[in-house]
Amino acid sequence: MTYRSSRFLPFPPPFESAEQEDHCQYSEGRRPMAPKDRKPHVSRNPDLIRGVGKYSRSKMYHKRGLWAIKAKNGGAFPKHEKKAVAAAPAEKPPKFYPADDVKKPLVNKRKARPTKLRASITPGTVLIILAGRFKGKRVVFLKQLTSGLLLVTGPFKINGVPLRRVNQAYVIATSTKVDISGVNVEKFDDKYFGKKVEKKKKKGEGEFFEAEKEEKNTLPQDKKDDQKTVDAALIASIEAVPDLKSYLGARFSLKAGMKPHELVF
Amino acid sequence: MPFKRYVEVGRIALVNYGKDYGKLVVIVDVIDQNRALVDAPDMVRGQMNFKRLTLTDIKIDIKRVPNKKTLVAALEAADVKNKWESSSWGRKLIVQKKRASLNDFDRFKIMLAKIKKAGVVRQELAKLKKETTA
Repeated sequence: MTYRSSRFLPFPPPFESAEQEDHCQYSEGRRPMAPKDRKPHVSRNPDLIRGVGKYSRSKMYHKRGLWAIKAKNGGAFPKHEKKAVAAAPAEKPPKFYPADDVKKPLVNKRKARPTKLRASITPGTVLIILAGRFKGKRVVFLKQLTSGLLLVTGPFKINGVPLRRVNQAYVIATSTKVDISGVNVEKFDDKYFGKKVEKKKKKGEGEFFEAEKEEKNTLPQDKKDDQKTVDAALIASIEAVPDLKSYLGARFSLKAGMKPHELVF
Repeated sequence: MPFKRYVEVGRIALVNYGKDYGKLVVIVDVIDQNRALVDAPDMVRGQMNFKRLTLTDIKIDIKRVPNKKTLVAALEAADVKNKWESSSWGRKLIVQKKRASLNDFDRFKIMLAKIKKAGVVRQELAKLKKETTA
């Protein structure tokens, strides 16, 4: 069989013999396309305006080569048998129908992720804490924890702020950066800062009051050691910059004439 | 009190309002009673109301509406930039800009420096007082 317009075939014509198939230049390197290899197909029918294609239905039929596919298949479009669908197990009617129609809550596919960190806050930035016990203190930022809170340290020796979590919203980021490369903050996460759960003691009446007195909130020694190791490297890099140590030791406050919206931090 | 700074071709003016606030421009032509044609090396030549301009003491020698190349050459020849930056008005503006761009750390360092300077001055003053009373 010859084709009238074999030049315009969408794919090379079917081989007339097995020999041809082996020697054909197109078959070299040609392999059945795996589903992953297929490039997304661009439309063969360019838009004249949105909604109106350049080619009519019959022209498109010809362009897509459906006539060639049919011819290859002997006159009809190749049909594949439907995959046998396993019969679904018979569902029993429910034995309880609720009296009122209960509304199903809508599907919520949102994933919780840590708060987006402001671009001005990078590891080593000096932050000004604005609220809480340490308001006004200038403090060094270490990293953002998975909960979104910022891990921060004074360093403790300089201004009394320990390793602590702070919310990004209560912080002004200055443009001063401290070199933080010598500090290892891998081990700190939200669990480290969580409240310790104590086992419930059995209440004996006489012992009750004594037990209350003995509960003291002393910081465990390993936390003190963690503070020391983190601060050691930090203090070294802080002392390298003149005046930075006294800067971190001083509190920030607004003085007369300072306009926060005009200040550059 | 006669006027000393006149609107004329070649007068350098400071823009005090608008998109080009703070720039030094050259008056290159006078359009009418209220507007001047104004040009600067880093802007497209355009009109500006006199109310947006503050005249300076500096004047350069150019013909009416020179092309950009001639204008830039004339500005270089008259050394406008250095004259402006060494004038007290120019220096004040530079200081204002520097103060506005200060970091929190910079402000802290300045505070320390001021305290130190005041301490030194007070010491010298105390010495002088002692000498005069003694």
